[in-house]
Amino acid sequence: MKMITAVIKPHKLEDVRDALAEVGVSGMTVTEVKGFGRQKGHTELYRGAEYTVDFLPKIKIEIATAASIWEQVVEAITGAAHTDKLGDGKIFVTDLEQVTRIRTGETGDDAI
Amino acid sequence: MEDILNLRYAIDTFYFLVCGALVMWMAAGFSMLEAGLVRAKNTTEILTKNVALYAIACIMYMLVGYNIMYPGEAVSAYWPGLSFLLGADNVPEEVLKTAGAEWYDGSYYSGRSDFFFQVVFVATAMSIVSGAIAERMKLWPFLVFAVVMCGFIYPLQGYWKWGGGFLDAAGFSDFAGSGVVHLTGAMGALAGVLILGPRLGKFRKDGKVNPMPGANLPLATLGTFILWLGWFGFNGGSELILSNVGEANAVAAVFVNTNAAAAGGVVAALLTARVMFGKADLTMVLNGAIGGLVAITAEPLTPTPGWATLIGAVGGVLVVFSILFLDKIKIDDPVGAISAHGTVGLWGLLAVPLTNDGATFGAQFLGIVTIGLWVFGASLVVWLILKVTVGIRVSEEEEQVGLDVSECGMEAYPEFTSPR
Repeated sequence: MKMITAVIKPHKLEDVRDALAEVGVSGMTVTEVKGFGRQKGHTELYRGAEYTVDFLPKIKIEIATAASIWEQVVEAITGAAHTDKLGDGKIFVTDLEQVTRIRTGETGDDAI
Repeated sequence: MEDILNLRYAIDTFYFLVCGALVMWMAAGFSMLEAGLVRAKNTTEILTKNVALYAIACIMYMLVGYNIMYPGEAVSAYWPGLSFLLGADNVPEEVLKTAGAEWYDGSYYSGRSDFFFQVVFVATAMSIVSGAIAERMKLWPFLVFAVVMCGFIYPLQGYWKWGGGFLDAAGFSDFAGSGVVHLTGAMGALAGVLILGPRLGKFRKDGKVNPMPGANLPLATLGTFILWLGWFGFNGGSELILSNVGEANAVAAVFVNTNAAAAGGVVAALLTARVMFGKADLTMVLNGAIGGLVAITAEPLTPTPGWATLIGAVGGVLVVFSILFLDKIKIDDPVGAISAHGTVGLWGLLAVPLTNDGATFGAQFLGIVTIGLWVFGASLVVWLILKVTVGIRVSEEEEQVGLDVSECGMEAYPEFTSPR
């Protein structure tokens, strides 16, 4: 099993969710986060004084997948979240040791 | 004839009460404006200050303030004497006995309505203070200051002008209180801010200003609109009479001019911000509306609507430059109250002779200097006494955590709470 963590532009969330549904992803966790990469921040103005916004709003998606489809999942996210501009985000893939569905106690692939 | 007099008395009293209620609602405007322009961690505390100061103003003015400002028989033109609580209202038979020609020389509306209209003005002056000292002053010393301000400092200078004291006799002209209310609030605030110092981290060592953006601009905008609405009562009610053609026209003129000045202030501040910063700074635009309103308050009757727009527009430009200037000399006023009510209050008072032949620059200067020195000096003394006795500033740690938690023990937007 793999844990896929993707950080994307907020307005791309709908597209990514639809693309993931197509490859058979049946659940995900979404968090509003802030951060920066190569995009860096930008400058804003308040009552004549400048300040920089270093941490930009992003959406973090966490998906647990069976080992068999994780590459499709990464492709789906890459395709749907892509705008070709700085700040499109990143996808992190890590090994996932165990998953338990709380309601039934099922574990492993059955719990995903 | 008696029916007509009854009706006039009732109409003028009703008009006065409704205008007073509009001014009362300005307390909501100040609360929302201030809650919008402070950081989220200081929201509950600034709201507590606002509602508590309003209540204190009402009680102190009833106990002693009203009698200082409007003494039955004054000791002298400088000192009105001291008495407590409100007297009885007008006796109907005596009011109705008044001959038509003398009607407006005496009591043509309820005495209680007069008190009500006056008490909400004190609260307005005190609300101005709460914004300027926001985010770093302790709650309780602030409320003690409110007691002194509303019971004594404000009423005494109010007596000098509106109560028939020496400023009134000298020809000082202040229709609805650019000086008596707004300059007074700003001077009390300035004295407090000077003793209190800026918020932690507001000014950097290299002289640059660290912006501390307000948490909720929709609230600040709503607050400004509420103040704008309340101002129709503030200025419109200050005509004091409605019930004949001439006075009704005058009240309408005041409404129109008050509105025009606010509009002028908004447009002028918008353009000034655009030219100065390259962007349309909403907070400056909101201050521009207040600036326009304060500017016209000293004389909303005699200008044409065109003049009123212009007077308001100058207020809108002044408020922006005044805010930048205060930042430059390291006076930290989170909501721009000292600029909008003080700097522009000065302009409003000095603009009176431009459209009112009855006013002179000399008398306006005398009024400004008298009110300014009295309120600043008396406030400074009170703030200093509070500082050396109980302290007026929260600790560094409390300021960093936010006054909501340290002073009120309660956040404005609590998350992740669990029952214990």
